[in-house]
Amino acid sequence: MNIQLESWEHMALEQIPQFLAGSGVPWVSQARQSAFERYKAHGLPTRREEEWKYTDVTQIGKRASLAPDSIPPDPPSEAALFSWALAQEHPHLMVFVNGYYSDGLSAIGEMPDGARLESLAELLDGTAELSSESLDASHEHTIFGALNTALATDGAVLHLAAGTVLQDPVYLLFIASGHGTAIYPRNLIVVGEGARATVIEHYFGMIDAHHFTDTLTQIKLAAGAELQHCKLLQEGNASFHVAGIHAEQAAHSRFGSQSFALGSRLARNDITSRLNGPECQCEFDGLYLLDGKQHVDHHTRIDHLAPSCTSREYYRGILDGESHGVFNGKVIVHPHAIKTDAHQSNRNLLLSREAEVDTKPQLEIFADDVRCTHGATVGQLDDDSLFYLRSRGIDADSAHSLLLYGFANDIIARVADPGMRTRIEHLVLDRLPQGEQIKELL
Amino acid sequence: MLSIMNLHAGINGKDILRGIDLEVRAGEVHAIMGPNGSGKSTLAQLLAGRDGYQVTAGSVRYLEQDLLTMPAEERARAGIFLAFQYPVEIPGVSNALFLKTALNSIRKQQGLSELDAMDFLQLLRDKMKLLRMDELLLPRAVNEGFSGGEKKRNEVLQMAVLEPKLAILDETDSGLDIDALKIVADGVNGMRDPQRAIVLVTHYQRLLEFIVPDVVHVLSQGRIVRSGKADLARELEQRGYGWVEEQHPARKAA
Repeated sequence: MNIQLESWEHMALEQIPQFLAGSGVPWVSQARQSAFERYKAHGLPTRREEEWKYTDVTQIGKRASLAPDSIPPDPPSEAALFSWALAQEHPHLMVFVNGYYSDGLSAIGEMPDGARLESLAELLDGTAELSSESLDASHEHTIFGALNTALATDGAVLHLAAGTVLQDPVYLLFIASGHGTAIYPRNLIVVGEGARATVIEHYFGMIDAHHFTDTLTQIKLAAGAELQHCKLLQEGNASFHVAGIHAEQAAHSRFGSQSFALGSRLARNDITSRLNGPECQCEFDGLYLLDGKQHVDHHTRIDHLAPSCTSREYYRGILDGESHGVFNGKVIVHPHAIKTDAHQSNRNLLLSREAEVDTKPQLEIFADDVRCTHGATVGQLDDDSLFYLRSRGIDADSAHSLLLYGFANDIIARVADPGMRTRIEHLVLDRLPQGEQIKELL
Repeated sequence: MLSIMNLHAGINGKDILRGIDLEVRAGEVHAIMGPNGSGKSTLAQLLAGRDGYQVTAGSVRYLEQDLLTMPAEERARAGIFLAFQYPVEIPGVSNALFLKTALNSIRKQQGLSELDAMDFLQLLRDKMKLLRMDELLLPRAVNEGFSGGEKKRNEVLQMAVLEPKLAILDETDSGLDIDALKIVADGVNGMRDPQRAIVLVTHYQRLLEFIVPDVVHVLSQGRIVRSGKADLARELEQRGYGWVEEQHPARKAA
């Protein structure tokens, strides 16, 4: 028996809490129960497992409880967090506090015909025709996925019928309020044939709160559909955060995923896509900006299962203090996936001697006539560039910040939504010396 | 304005400059010519404040200040500008943001208010027109994907915007075709001013057909071995650098 299982038992959580959504619906209970069994049999992963070699989640297992909160959080404090988290109005805003949908804080504007944005809990409890795909076990790429299926409280369900175009982004704000809570959001995004949308997931928490978020987003793209998905992690520096973003793409669909990790003590993002039909396009971008003892791990996996698909991955990290960044990019080109065009790059800047990066490309190619490239760098700021800026009268601190901003900006510029792009740009500049000055000149 | 006396300097223990004496007054245009490896670029970079050079003897005074103790950004704020031989690419930072940051840093030092966005844009457009530069280069990252000629013109644009007192142009002519060379030369000539000194560092005489210097110096083995009027450049072109070096065998031996 391993240590995680012991602590699990210590938590005396032998069964799935009755207060979770869908407890009266047989298929939901069944899905939760089997996921729960999987979790109990396996326990939390250890560093002996290849996929968790660089990320130690023992601390999560040592928590007082992994059970989700059953008590609604304090309304005044959530309202305050809410106002800090958002910089502007959002036409389609869903707010979740500790994993529970807050009707009062949310505002879903008028949607075009064919678009539905709803709370998962309401759908699970209601008689709506939510199929078992909403708690699909095939998306449990890690044991945290199983834990999420077992304990998911709520989340957003976005359904777009064929041809539906959603102009304004759907903004999902996940607030972590209070200490010690365990938060399990579960989202489902289904984009019909030729439909198009942008979804933003923003995770926000208090600076020193010890909470644990285990979130999972399932994405299904029908033929010719397009989804831009942007995740901003801004939880406090004491939090643990584990996320799965898993897409299935049909022919000619386009999927863009951006992951910005600016907060949390330990974060792990598993981002995957299966390119099931020909001529899919898939782009994963990521930026992690770390300091102190922060640890952020991006594990990506792209399965090329059909011919003539294109995938791109651009991940960058800026690491200061004793922080640790991990990037593991797996690309699998399956037999028959001829004319695959895959490129992956991971670039890191280390600003201190104690900061550390583990970067690992993993290309597995089982088809002929493919083009797969990858590159990874770990380095410092370039002296020539610094001198160039200083020779124009820019002081050393500002020159540093300008170069770091530029390094980050190559990723930020890939965000499709202009409001979000500016927001992230500002958040990054807030972290840089003289960043305020640069902000004023933008 | 600039007074270099007996300057000895090197890098990684290797002597490169071995006793440079040079006097540049406001309003003058000087050309420093010399073969590869004579120390031209070292001199230019050292004056702009690049770290890593060791000065072993001599002094450099600029506007009554000890230049060698000033960090690069202070030199720039005091009016020194170096047009780089190999302009650096700054990914993710737009040309406009870069120029605005630089100009405001320098204006702040001079006690001037920061230019507002509209005035700045107007200033940039005017200068770019003179250099026949495409405005589309403004939102693009500094020098990234610029052609060789665009990079050199971008250097001259920065000079035009920052309006230095002492401009040092390091091989700004290299890699330019004749049309681009004329545009760059026009840009530089337009900045000739009784209050401003310009030092052209070049390997070839070609640039000096378009920007006629007041004084030409020949640098060889880390020393100025000969100085003269503009016609010295033409003589060099005809006879080659070997001619000057032959006339200074003792120095070459040293």
